[in-house]
Amino acid sequence: MANHYDAVIIGAGMSGMAAGIRLAMFDKKVLILEKHSISGGLNSYYQRRIPSTKELFPFDVGLHALTNFAKRGEKRKPLTKLLKQLRIPYDALQLKEQTHSLIKFGSSQLKFSNDFELLKSEIAQVFPAEIDSFIKFTSYIMEYNEVDLNATYIPTRSVLSQYFKTPLLQEMILAPLLIYGSAWENDMDFSQFVIMFKSIYLEGFSRPIGGVRSIINLLLDKYKDAGGELRFRSEVVSINKENDQVSGIVLKNGELINTKKVFSSVGFPETYDLLESPKFDKPKVGPLSFSETILVLKDKEVFKAKDETIIFYNESDHYNYQKPDTLIDTRSAVFCMPDNYERDNADGHGVLRLTYMANYELWKRLDRAAYKSAKEDVLRSALNTSSILMEQSIEPIFSDVFTPTTIERYTNHSDGTVYGSTEKTRNGSTKYNGLYIIGTDQGFLGIVGSMLSGISMANLYGLMDE
Amino acid sequence: MTPEDVKNIVLEIIADVAPDEEIDDLDGGQSLRDQLDLDSMDFLDIVMELRKRHKVEVPSEDYPQLATLNSCVEYLTPKFA
Repeated sequence: MANHYDAVIIGAGMSGMAAGIRLAMFDKKVLILEKHSISGGLNSYYQRRIPSTKELFPFDVGLHALTNFAKRGEKRKPLTKLLKQLRIPYDALQLKEQTHSLIKFGSSQLKFSNDFELLKSEIAQVFPAEIDSFIKFTSYIMEYNEVDLNATYIPTRSVLSQYFKTPLLQEMILAPLLIYGSAWENDMDFSQFVIMFKSIYLEGFSRPIGGVRSIINLLLDKYKDAGGELRFRSEVVSINKENDQVSGIVLKNGELINTKKVFSSVGFPETYDLLESPKFDKPKVGPLSFSETILVLKDKEVFKAKDETIIFYNESDHYNYQKPDTLIDTRSAVFCMPDNYERDNADGHGVLRLTYMANYELWKRLDRAAYKSAKEDVLRSALNTSSILMEQSIEPIFSDVFTPTTIERYTNHSDGTVYGSTEKTRNGSTKYNGLYIIGTDQGFLGIVGSMLSGISMANLYGLMDE
Repeated sequence: MTPEDVKNIVLEIIADVAPDEEIDDLDGGQSLRDQLDLDSMDFLDIVMELRKRHKVEVPSEDYPQLATLNSCVEYLTPKFA
């Protein structure tokens, strides 16, 4: 049958492409369907022409940092496992490490880098009474089995308060891990916290030369070489089933594709929406969305004085990680200076990226004129926050702002969520045979987590159960 | 196919599945997992490659038979006959 596949994958993001590579590598007939015209999903790219210089300039969305840094051949690390499973040589990623990053709460700050000793020495200096607890806490984290597929929800704050007496330190440790992956407001599941703690503090940040498109191109080439098929501009409108077994999918143009296995990376509630009268309740759409401003600078001069790679900024001692009552919350931000990875080139423009938490419903309500003017307000706030963090006024030659509705439009994630639903399916299963959830709603986080999700679900349901 | 041929086939697959591993001095009687950085995902790849390259099937209940290089050879040689 021409339109029959062993497996269909919905979405050509990180998890979908990784799952596709695994299945195609072992001779499965596999098809990836992508609604958008390029791949990457939440971690993608675009370009814009800078009016003053007429040049086409590349922008990344998503990727501030590739977490889970590992050195070449370093054993038992998620990144090493991932590359081995996809048969991608380490050197193909051309990773550049961060200089160091900063957690800045009011007047207190902690530096960290890919050398965990830096964070330890910073805590010993700023919170001397807590350093022994921090060392104990770190040992506990290292022994923890965070990938247990049957784990239940444990609130992280309850664990932190058992170890630490200083609320400010608890907030500062937690904040970067919340904003880099939590679908829950103000707290997160402890097993997800452990994944994030390891991937950010114990392993660290790096970035491939060329940014996210380098990873995407590697995955695409690998998938095509393995014989996988990929169709762009192909929106899935329904997943068909017979009794409790998946039987195929229908595309927006009416085309029916037969398959007994669907791996969906569109999100758990979004997958629910593709089923006719599903026999389970709709998983909740996560409350959190974001607005990011990208500022293009004439050159890289400013980075001589400011060499942090990422700054996790919060005005006060208390961190609010929740949907704001306003369009954006300017009291905290993640500030990324992608030029402050090991520099391969001092020429060219500099880039600053600044992310605020945002409220999807409020953005969605705006008419065209109000939306435009709200984006200008975001830009003004971002310039202000950037100037505070850079300790000098910032005058970009070009800027772009994206909002929760931009995220919704390009990724198809309901309400512009980035970290998905607050209901995860840890083993990827649904109430239907042959329907599996991959990506952030299966519960692994970040780019490395997404790819590992695609790999492990493809292994479990696509390869092992033969 | 001789046991020596089967051993070489297994070593060739391990070299492809785990390219950073040193496989020249493996002790045939010792667990592969203890000598190499191999996890369950890598063992799955060994099984998948046996199927893909040599049409040899290893059902999941037999995975323990692949624990050492010697046990691999002993278990797999009849399947290559």
